[in-house]
Amino acid sequence: MAAEAQKHPYHLVDPSIWPLVGTAGGMLLAFGGVTVMHPAIFGEANKAAVASLGAWKIAPGLLVIALTMWKWWADVIRESRVNHTQAVQLGLRYGMILFITSEVFFFLAFFWAFFDASLFPGAYNMPGRTEVTGGVWPPKGVLPFDPFDLPLMNTLILLLSGTTVTWAHHALIEGDNKSAVRGLWLTVILGAFFTCVQAYEYAHAAFGFRDGIYSSTFYMATGFHGFHVLVGTIFLLVCLVRATKGHFKPEQHFGFEAAAWYWHFVDVVWIFLFFAIYWWGLGSAVPAAH
Amino acid sequence: MATGYNAAHDHHDHDHHTPGFWSRWFLSTNHKDIGTLYLIFSAFAGLIGAALSVYMRMELMEPGVQYMGWHQNPGHHWNSVVTAHGLIMVFFLVMPALIGGFGNWFVPIMIGAPDMAFPRMNNISFWLTVAGFVMLVCSVFIGDGVGTGWTIYVPLSSSGSPGPSMDFAIFSLHLAGAGSILGAANFITTIFNMRTPGMTMHRMPLMAWAILVTAFLLLLALPVLAGVITMLLTDRNFGTGFFDPAKGGDPMLFMHLFWFFGHPEVYIMILPAFGIVSQIVSTFSRKPVFGYLGMAYAMVAIGVVGFVVWAHHMYTVGMDVDTRAYFMAATMVIAVPTGVKIFSWVATMWGGSIRFEVPMLWAIGLIFLFTVGGVTGVVLANAGVDIALHNTYYVIAHFHYVLSLGAVFGIFAGFYYWIGKMCGRQYNETLAQIHFWTTFIGVNVTFFPMHFAGLAGMPRHYIDYPDAFAMWNYVSSWGAILGFASTLLWVFIVFHTMFYGRKVGANYWGEGATTIEWQVPSPPAFHTFDELPKIGKPAEHH
Repeated sequence: MAAEAQKHPYHLVDPSIWPLVGTAGGMLLAFGGVTVMHPAIFGEANKAAVASLGAWKIAPGLLVIALTMWKWWADVIRESRVNHTQAVQLGLRYGMILFITSEVFFFLAFFWAFFDASLFPGAYNMPGRTEVTGGVWPPKGVLPFDPFDLPLMNTLILLLSGTTVTWAHHALIEGDNKSAVRGLWLTVILGAFFTCVQAYEYAHAAFGFRDGIYSSTFYMATGFHGFHVLVGTIFLLVCLVRATKGHFKPEQHFGFEAAAWYWHFVDVVWIFLFFAIYWWGLGSAVPAAH
Repeated sequence: MATGYNAAHDHHDHDHHTPGFWSRWFLSTNHKDIGTLYLIFSAFAGLIGAALSVYMRMELMEPGVQYMGWHQNPGHHWNSVVTAHGLIMVFFLVMPALIGGFGNWFVPIMIGAPDMAFPRMNNISFWLTVAGFVMLVCSVFIGDGVGTGWTIYVPLSSSGSPGPSMDFAIFSLHLAGAGSILGAANFITTIFNMRTPGMTMHRMPLMAWAILVTAFLLLLALPVLAGVITMLLTDRNFGTGFFDPAKGGDPMLFMHLFWFFGHPEVYIMILPAFGIVSQIVSTFSRKPVFGYLGMAYAMVAIGVVGFVVWAHHMYTVGMDVDTRAYFMAATMVIAVPTGVKIFSWVATMWGGSIRFEVPMLWAIGLIFLFTVGGVTGVVLANAGVDIALHNTYYVIAHFHYVLSLGAVFGIFAGFYYWIGKMCGRQYNETLAQIHFWTTFIGVNVTFFPMHFAGLAGMPRHYIDYPDAFAMWNYVSSWGAILGFASTLLWVFIVFHTMFYGRKVGANYWGEGATTIEWQVPSPPAFHTFDELPKIGKPAEHH
């Protein structure tokens, strides 16, 4: 707005419907979630009907949020050609770093839960816990994964994807768009591969989601990470599409860099998960054979 | 300077560019309009929260159940009113008013930025706060209500609250929290990246410093809350056992995680008020703030140390002696940077030519009453003493002195300081003085007796009490009625100011008001700066 009168390098964004729509999506999602958890919310008479919709009740919220992200970020991409001065790009960098920082602290809560249980499986003031865990970690009766089986492979997959995304980055800086696209393709494939391996691992786990504190901490931490892998893969996929369309220039490709930063963050979280939960958390237990 | 610089130029631009009503207020990307929305929203939410507090004080006015007997389970109803009051005041009054309202309005102007770094994200921060409030209202009306207190401790919030209310409350915190995290990233980016040339970090007004530190606390603390309530949600609905000893979980884990967020949260609420007080004390003493750098870094110190004191909220749960000794020592350390702030405000006033206009009254009121709350905080920091005082009205008295009489005084101080700047019209001095003094007396009459009730052993979270506590409760309830009446007077003052207030120029406080917002018109142009303001020489010499 007032671009012609503006004598500063910042971007004054035009009014936008998407924050409002996105909020509506968030509320729909939350409300849908509550109806999934409490099918009797509209009275006992309607309970069966509400329950029959199952988890589809969160679909409208998810759709509205997906639409918002699509349209909002399409606006950002459009604006990036005109309004994203050096100063604006620097602001976006700060924003992305801060967002990742807040995500780190989100993971902190789940790691805290893991260490609370794994460091003190038999604390003297928690007889209830000791009874369940047997005072050891992993708790008695739990058959954990062999860290040097699929988890190690997944570690290598993610580390390798870190190199391919760096290849893509250097190619972009060199103006070699073709190599950048190749690097991104490989990264996206490796990300998807990781997700498949993780899904396979979940499907063959010797412990279920509801089986106690080991399962709770394991599935929450790795599941939340898996969700971030999915988000990161989609983010990279968008960058791939944009790269094929020639959106990225050697001197301006922050969308790509943000995706790469996010991907490295997902990678580092996995390293911590691997070392803490899979390996150190194995203790002296004999892991399940694949 | 009376008309402000480039005012005429701006006015010409604006005719074309100020959007229409729907666009301006619902799709806004303007920091001042979003700030206004936050202020209106927080006033609305705050009045509901205040009405709930009067409902509670009416109930406690005399022993026995007075007004809540209509409910099939009055004790639970009491607890759900307590919870709603707490959550509304924390998340939907203090935070939106101080950070979303005054932070949005004045931080960009004070650092010479044309807007926030991410104007569209700024808007979703606001609307997510509204969505959180809607979810909280759902939690009151759908199901039995949340009777856990704002701390939502397990197992009362897990197996103890099976209905949908608790899940609505959890989603309320998710939505409001997401909005606040985005807002925090926005403020930090704005302050780091958009200071006008010459506005170095060490020249920023203390209000900007306060919002910067607050934003960091939000950014690091709120995700932990999001994590812990997510675990609560899955424990409740999907069969995990994080907090359930029968599954090998740990209820104390919930408390640790909650307070790892919850303690920084109390500084999130008070630091912006500190920033406002610094601006006001300087303006009305007509002196620069005493020890500016010390003041800025005292806030940084409060923010840092604020992250490592959380377990002083849970001395009685069975932590070992070493842990309690550490948390006690760390907690007392916070009194040092806080003392730096209190003494520097006093030193700012020392030798100044002080005017006791209404914003200054609120600021001095905050300094005085926050100090009272700070002193009782040091008392409660002692793990041994806290064994006796934990969950008594002494604690209620303590945190209302720092919040109700600290943060809320900060909100009113900011309102009277800046309302002329925001709407171009000044409040009526007599009415505002009456508002201050009735509030001051009202809240003190409400909360001071709670120290006595608490020391005598009156526990919190109960609808009723033994006759022995009758007298102080009776006094306290009259205080609450006076305080609420005073708040209604404030509502009148708001409308009176809007419609009949005297029109004011750019700098209606005169000498002493030196920050950039006093050099732009009242109200400022839709886009405050088309050209960045120059810093480095006194603004009067243009």
